Amino acid sequence: MKIPISVTVNGASYRSEVEPRLLLVYYLREALGLTGTHIGCDTTSCGACTVIMNGLAVKSCTVLAAQADGAEILTVEGLAHDGALHPIQQGFWEEHGLQCGFCTPGMMLAALQVLDRYPDPTDEQIRHGLDGNLCRCTGYQHIVNSVRWAARKLREEGMPAIPAAGERAGSGR
Amino acid sequence: MIPAAFEYHRPASVQEALDLLQQWPEAKLLAGGHSLLPMMKLRVLTPPHLIDLAKLRELRGIRREGDRIVIGALSTHWEIESSELIRRAVPLLAETAARVGDVQVRNAGTLGGSLVHADPAADPPAAILALEAEMVVHGPKGVRTIRAAEFFKGMLTSAVAPDEILVEIRVPVPPEATGTAYLKFPHPASGFAVAGVAAWVRRQGGRLAEARVAVTGVGPTAYRAAGVETSLRDGAVDDAAIEDAASHAAEGVEVNEDLFANADYRSHLARVLTRRALRAARDRAGES
Repeated sequence: MKIPISVTVNGASYRSEVEPRLLLVYYLREALGLTGTHIGCDTTSCGACTVIMNGLAVKSCTVLAAQADGAEILTVEGLAHDGALHPIQQGFWEEHGLQCGFCTPGMMLAALQVLDRYPDPTDEQIRHGLDGNLCRCTGYQHIVNSVRWAARKLREEGMPAIPAAGERAGSGR
Repeated sequence: MIPAAFEYHRPASVQEALDLLQQWPEAKLLAGGHSLLPMMKLRVLTPPHLIDLAKLRELRGIRREGDRIVIGALSTHWEIESSELIRRAVPLLAETAARVGDVQVRNAGTLGGSLVHADPAADPPAAILALEAEMVVHGPKGVRTIRAAEFFKGMLTSAVAPDEILVEIRVPVPPEATGTAYLKFPHPASGFAVAGVAAWVRRQGGRLAEARVAVTGVGPTAYRAAGVETSLRDGAVDDAAIEDAASHAAEGVEVNEDLFANADYRSHLARVLTRRALRAARDRAGES
């Protein structure tokens, strides 16, 4: 039996009927078409599917869409605003924080959790905070540099790391 | 990977959840889902009903009641790790919670879920045993309290019956001059404890008044290392006494073996981590 859920994703509200066993990552990708959230290991290990749910980074392969009922979700598609990249995206650009790019959406959202908790993070805090995200290309050093770049930019701009829903108006369906 | 189909229930009270468990005895309870959902995706478990506890307010919150910290079973590892109340009053619990999985896992996984799941390599059971916490469980016959020493029954088996719900965890605040530490050797891929040791040490008059050591990852369940504790009863606190005591860390235990660590290596890790955890706890215990 399908169950009704309502979620806010990147500022847009959605109402859907979902099968109870539908995982959040499939809901985002297949029901909403938001394929920026990647499926990597599918076993809560690699972090490619990381999204921010109610202000907390979670691995969306290990959350039921039903559990997200009433939640506010941020995916990589919600980061840029009016064509301007979010500081974490600029950081990955400036510091070459990616090569193949597969881990990048999850990596950036996990990084926002770090910056939300530690606006001026130490390298150890950055590395500890990205412990749940695997990258097979970079060796991580450039990712750490990217997060540090974003931390500086966010502080300069006086921006919160995790943007509020109102700043990410999108089109609902 | 997709779990087998199930019916989803989201009760609004503990009583409603207990009634659902009576109605559907094969149902599983869903807390943070970070042990249950992976097992369902692998189809190790195929429960026909899932009862989501998310709306049960009785299972939320962290508060102090006299000389105890009372933790709602749905408190996440992150909530415990970051709670000022817990960091001040029961730092061992915060230190242990901070070593669970990774940031995303700690954001979603719950203390209650971890304890009831009773994974032999989970971190929280070690702290719960060393702190001599009590688990408050609601069932069809009412409320009962289970001591930590009686809570972990075997591999993936806790003392909570299938028709019961763990509601809160009551943790005694350690007295003055108590020092604690949790040390762990994590599996490099999974982050689970190959071995993990929680030490609880109270000093008095230059002697060691009481020592507790709990070990996870090594046996079929987390356990109190009785041989270590007995060896420390004469009150000596020097490094040599601790080293000698730590040699008993895996005594009488059916030690786990897997591809990563055979029994000898795991026992060795238990002894080394016991020694280090006891020294750290001793050094943190201010003299009374």
